[in-house]
Amino acid sequence: MIPLAMVQALAAQGTQMFLVLLLAPLLVGYVRFVKARLQRRRGPSVLQPYRDLLRLLRKEVVLPDTSSWVFRAAPYAICSFTWVAAALVPTFATNLLFSWSGDLIAIIALLGTARFLQALAALDAGTGFGGLGSSREVMIASLAEPALTMLVFAVALIAGTTQLSAIAAAVLAPDLGLRVSMALALIGFVIVAIAENARIPVDNPASHLELTMVHEAMVLEYSGRYLAMMDLAAALKLLMYASLIACVFCPWGLAPARSGLIHYAIGMAAWGGKMLVAGTALAVFETITAKMRVFRVPDFLGIALMLGLLGTLLLFVSRSL
Amino acid sequence: MHDFAFDIAHMLAGALVLVSLMMLYQDRLYALINVLAIHALVLALSVAWQAWVHDAPHLYITAAIALGFKAIAVPMALRRMVFRLGIHREIERVVGTGLTMLAAIALVALSLEVMLPVTAGVDPVSREDIALALSVVLIGLLMMVTRQNAVSQVAGFMSLENGIVLAATGAQGMPLVVEISVAFSVLIAFIVIGIFLFRIRERFDTVDVEALDQFRGERG
Repeated sequence: MIPLAMVQALAAQGTQMFLVLLLAPLLVGYVRFVKARLQRRRGPSVLQPYRDLLRLLRKEVVLPDTSSWVFRAAPYAICSFTWVAAALVPTFATNLLFSWSGDLIAIIALLGTARFLQALAALDAGTGFGGLGSSREVMIASLAEPALTMLVFAVALIAGTTQLSAIAAAVLAPDLGLRVSMALALIGFVIVAIAENARIPVDNPASHLELTMVHEAMVLEYSGRYLAMMDLAAALKLLMYASLIACVFCPWGLAPARSGLIHYAIGMAAWGGKMLVAGTALAVFETITAKMRVFRVPDFLGIALMLGLLGTLLLFVSRSL
Repeated sequence: MHDFAFDIAHMLAGALVLVSLMMLYQDRLYALINVLAIHALVLALSVAWQAWVHDAPHLYITAAIALGFKAIAVPMALRRMVFRLGIHREIERVVGTGLTMLAAIALVALSLEVMLPVTAGVDPVSREDIALALSVVLIGLLMMVTRQNAVSQVAGFMSLENGIVLAATGAQGMPLVVEISVAFSVLIAFIVIGIFLFRIRERFDTVDVEALDQFRGERG
């Protein structure tokens, strides 16, 4: 006899897995829509990313002559790693079946693996742009990952754990109060999220065939269903980072363990609201910021690292900061 | 013990340190002046919060001075000066941002390390506030040391002074704080003007602003 709580957790986990997959393109579409409106354009519908994905799935695949099996296998692997990472972040409920493995360090490792495969696949195509893109991606990653790890340490020192559902519970606990180190970590997380998702000050998601592109340079040789997989993975990554920040720094509304259907409904509504806020904030930020030179990216990410260091430092000297 | 009022005070003091660090990172003069204005704004909020929490009305005056004088008047004047001097498009080469940032972190660590044991007996809230204020002061000094442009140095000095005001308001029962603040503000204004007079003299061998008009070929 399987206990009822386990069935509930399984149902929550399953719902979350498919919900993130279904809603990831919607967030991308929403960000593009708001950006278009801010630029006084009508812009495509928020459903356009879905249409793009469907169109790409039906299209013929063109492969470079020089590519090997790595090039063909990578999109599926990248997409599934990112999907697993997105499924582990509590979005609307904390009592997911696999929440014991929903650990910040595990998520960093999953994303790191996906990035490694992406860099490898871009090199495999054998074109100049692919190599350029992967070298830049790896440069950015080598700066973003230490920063993210440091920020995770700062959060983990406060919450006493790196497991996401426990962090959410610790942040919700009434005795935590407002923490300076949490505020520092929030800013650091946002900087890392911008860099990792190839958003504007670091990379321009709307650019094609520019010498400054990073992510687009890596997926330049992909077409058809492989490109659809890559685009879906990018959308999932964006949704995952937004949910991660919402879960760690703004967990209000998350359905707790052993809760009724109404709590799940509240959790979903709260998550939807948070994603709308995150998407709007991202679009506004991208509209008012100019892309920076590639050589300034280390400075930008250095700030995130510094904020993580500072947050950790404050926690070591005083428990109430 | 987690009092919401204290948490807000900490948060504002922490924000001030953060804005100080932001200032170190700026390499354009206008952006630097904007950050300086934000710095003063955060200070004003912090002082006003202390006034509210401790029910000390005279601190509202300090907050108003910080807001009106340092967050609005001085940045406007600086911006005018930068424009008049024709250096508003100049990009200052900030040498080794990463290294400067690490030095700033080390200074924050130093001030916490020095301040917390020294003030072990007193109220934990004000001692952490004072430790953060000391780090703002030290970062201001660092800014003055690492920059070559006079405007950036003035900005560093202003942020240093903001740190002093933060420390003064953090300590409870300081009736002279308004006077001190006013005195400092006047001093700052004096220094701001002084440096620019020196700068103009250095360039044109005169402190007469007319020389600037002739040089730029524009009037009024």
